[in-house]
Amino acid sequence: MNKPLRRIAIFCGLLVFALLLRDNWIQYVQADELKDHTKNRRVLIARYSQPRGNIIVDGQPITGSAETNGTDFKYKRTYKNGPMWAPVTGYASQAYDANQIEKIEDGILTGNDDRLFFNRTIDMITGKKQKGGDVITTLNGKAQEAAFKGLGNKKGAVAALDPRTGKILALASTPSYDPSTIAGGSTKDEKAWNALKPTNDKDDPMLNRALRQTYPPGSTFKVVTAAAALENGKYDDIDGPTESPLPWRLPLSTQNLPNEGNIPCKDASLRQALRYSCNTVFGKLGDDLGKDKMREQAEKFGFNKTVDTPVRAYASVYPEDMDRPGNAMSAIGQFDNRATPLQMAMVAAAVANDGKLMKPYMVDSLRAPNLNTVEQTDPEQMSQPLSSENAQKLQSMMETVVKEGTGTSAQIPGVTVGGKTGTAQHGVANSKNPYAWFISYAKGNDGSPVAVAVVIEGSDTLRGDIAGGKLAAPIAKSVMQAVLETERDK
Amino acid sequence: MSSSTTNTTTISTAGPPSRRNTELAMLVFAVIIPVFAYANAGLALSDEMPSGMLSYGLGLGLLAGVGHLVVRKFAPYADPLLLPIATLLNGLGLVLIWRLDQSRRLADRAEAVDQVFSPSAPNQLIYSALGVALFVGVLILLKDHRLLQRYTYISMVAALILLILPVFFPARFGARIWITIGGFSIQPGEFAKIIIAVFFSGYLMVKRDALALASRRFMGLYLPRGRDLGPILVVWGMSILILVFETDLGTSLLFFGLFVVMLYVATERTSWIVFGLLMSAVGAVGVASFEPHVQQRVDAWLDPFAAFKTGGSDQIAQALMAFGSGGVFGTGLGQGNSDLIGFAANSDFILATVGEELGLAGTMGVLLLYGLIVERGVRTALAARDPFGKLLAIGLSAAFAIQVFVVAGGVMGLIPLTGMTMPFIASGGSSVIANWALVAILIKVSDTARRPAPAPAPTTDAEMTQVVRP
Repeated sequence: MNKPLRRIAIFCGLLVFALLLRDNWIQYVQADELKDHTKNRRVLIARYSQPRGNIIVDGQPITGSAETNGTDFKYKRTYKNGPMWAPVTGYASQAYDANQIEKIEDGILTGNDDRLFFNRTIDMITGKKQKGGDVITTLNGKAQEAAFKGLGNKKGAVAALDPRTGKILALASTPSYDPSTIAGGSTKDEKAWNALKPTNDKDDPMLNRALRQTYPPGSTFKVVTAAAALENGKYDDIDGPTESPLPWRLPLSTQNLPNEGNIPCKDASLRQALRYSCNTVFGKLGDDLGKDKMREQAEKFGFNKTVDTPVRAYASVYPEDMDRPGNAMSAIGQFDNRATPLQMAMVAAAVANDGKLMKPYMVDSLRAPNLNTVEQTDPEQMSQPLSSENAQKLQSMMETVVKEGTGTSAQIPGVTVGGKTGTAQHGVANSKNPYAWFISYAKGNDGSPVAVAVVIEGSDTLRGDIAGGKLAAPIAKSVMQAVLETERDK
Repeated sequence: MSSSTTNTTTISTAGPPSRRNTELAMLVFAVIIPVFAYANAGLALSDEMPSGMLSYGLGLGLLAGVGHLVVRKFAPYADPLLLPIATLLNGLGLVLIWRLDQSRRLADRAEAVDQVFSPSAPNQLIYSALGVALFVGVLILLKDHRLLQRYTYISMVAALILLILPVFFPARFGARIWITIGGFSIQPGEFAKIIIAVFFSGYLMVKRDALALASRRFMGLYLPRGRDLGPILVVWGMSILILVFETDLGTSLLFFGLFVVMLYVATERTSWIVFGLLMSAVGAVGVASFEPHVQQRVDAWLDPFAAFKTGGSDQIAQALMAFGSGGVFGTGLGQGNSDLIGFAANSDFILATVGEELGLAGTMGVLLLYGLIVERGVRTALAARDPFGKLLAIGLSAAFAIQVFVVAGGVMGLIPLTGMTMPFIASGGSSVIANWALVAILIKVSDTARRPAPAPAPTTDAEMTQVVRP
């Protein structure tokens, strides 16, 4: 009987061998995949097993960690002034993962990042618990407050940049939400989460309007059209007549392009056309330049591209395929082109920074738990949409708008301010309340320290009254003032 | 290698060492390792030495000591590895069960469904003591394993009763494998495993010549006569019935596999293996196609992570993630989250805790320990001098190997999951008691196999040797 016995012995050996092979497969070959699987709760458990690193503004944390008595999670994320900072921080939730900075910089915040390997090893040897690092942002607390308070209970967004570096100074979106309410994993958090869903709250409070909502830019886009005219040598003298007829008929159409009220647009100079916001002059200009040149200029300002700040800003759009009337309408920001508030702040910033567009960013540096800097973001030039000479011409035009045009409510005594208003129609046959826009920059002793874009969605103010100058400009003004104040205190 | 040379390595006629001291030395390790593991788990879980440490160490030491003394007295030539390995696995199992008892997550989980969460480790310690008591009982009362041969047909009746009984009791967790009396439940399948091996050994020893010789040759295979096919058809039918009425894939597979192995060893006819494989394939496919319980298990095996979408049981996915999260060296005892598996974390799925907390290294170690038990069992079968002992030893070893493969393979996602317990490690009284009995029988057979043959007549060679010596 010994021959079959030996064979059975081999068979039993094979069974054990198969188990050993399988064990190596799941514990070695596939181990990392299983370890980091999205359904593996251990990832979350690790994330909340120690106080999370903080997100810092002006040297102060805007986040925190509170100890909880949950089974799985020892700590819970807390937020200071959550609704105001939500567009910057995003949320970190025990039940619903995380987004924005909380997600992108999760490795630093939990301390799991490879660059913190040395720290972790030291902590392990000295028997200390793993600690998370901090994310230091570029934001300016006062400017953010001005933006958030200015928006108040209106629906809209503000983006402010430092034109010299691209640092994001303010990023507000309303209506907002408090990430603290969804940070835990309890039924209360679940309720809050469900209430925030777009299907249950049509205001969509979790939408980051400053980075991820595109609007028709309205007349603020005329700044881009003006830049295209100057860059393409269409006009050299911003005070010379533009030979624009009034009324001006849209190409291939039987319709005239109307102006807002009875304004002096016949043969107006570029300066006057921008001051009064002449649709006829800029519509014709866009048509004369053609869609390709218009799109090229818009793309130099950053259109048709996403920007990672590192939170991704959606691409603003200047479509490639447009007919002539469409292109002419787009030149005044009223057709298929759409822009995020960040994009329009970039337009103002590029003009203010003498034509150089700096890449916007909001993470200044990453800091290890031992306060060493792990990574520092250096300002980076993204493009040069216009020459310094043309930029200065455009600045002069935008400054006239604020001095004696549609943007007078953004004036700051003793400070040079340039801006442009916008009122974008939308809805079927313009049935909905228009979007009120304002983009502007202020000048300091050393270049321009702030450029800002404000958009306010369909407010219940009367339609005629909604013009960007009335609703949006005062918010832009207070944001600029806040930045100028901190510049002065430096 | 011929069988005669193997025999000389395992049993030599000239006063073989009994190896009892080797066994004792290894038993010391088998007790110390779990005690250290216990301290390790306690320190990790609550930063202090577990309070029951001394009594646990003494208890395990006492069980091992009693086992060893009884082996020394009643089976002096027994295989020296079986007792230490069983002790080590049992001891580690106790630590793992105790560690899972401390899980707040499992306590919350039980509370959420209005159950009382009671620790399993104290009970498991009592079962282990009962298991060792049965081990001692078998060694003392069973003077010679061949005595079991007398009970061949009684064994058959007992095995049938044990296998059929659960049908009359309510199903628990989707399978009818329990007998519940009062608050007490027994898994008769665990005991039936041993009893049925006794029956097969007795039956096949008598019938093997008939089964082996009366056959026709067809396409290189010896085909058995129609009437000799009877027994295998009966066992096959039994397995299918168990599968259908008790929805217990594991037990069904175990019995059929065991029978095919023993039939092959008894008759030395490869055709039985072919028949066995064919019949189990037919049975498995047939049952799987209309039995939803089996179908679910197969689906869960093919795509473990689908449960998160469809809302089925996520146990296999959780077990796989536990293994993966353990990596090569594991998190250390008490520091993993294998309790996320939830239901049956300390019984069917206990290997996942080994995987996560002791890592690939620890799991391979445990699997090799099981492999060693099987290897010692097969070696005993090779060394046994009587066919009944050979059949019994190989039957018990193969049953043990199949069970380990079926459970570990199921938990690791190698094969569809079947409800069975990891021998010695998993929480559950029937399992630990039955496996101690199994080891006791193997020890008894090995004692007989290694015992020196009754004094051989002195040969001339021996005399010459004596003359040369001063």
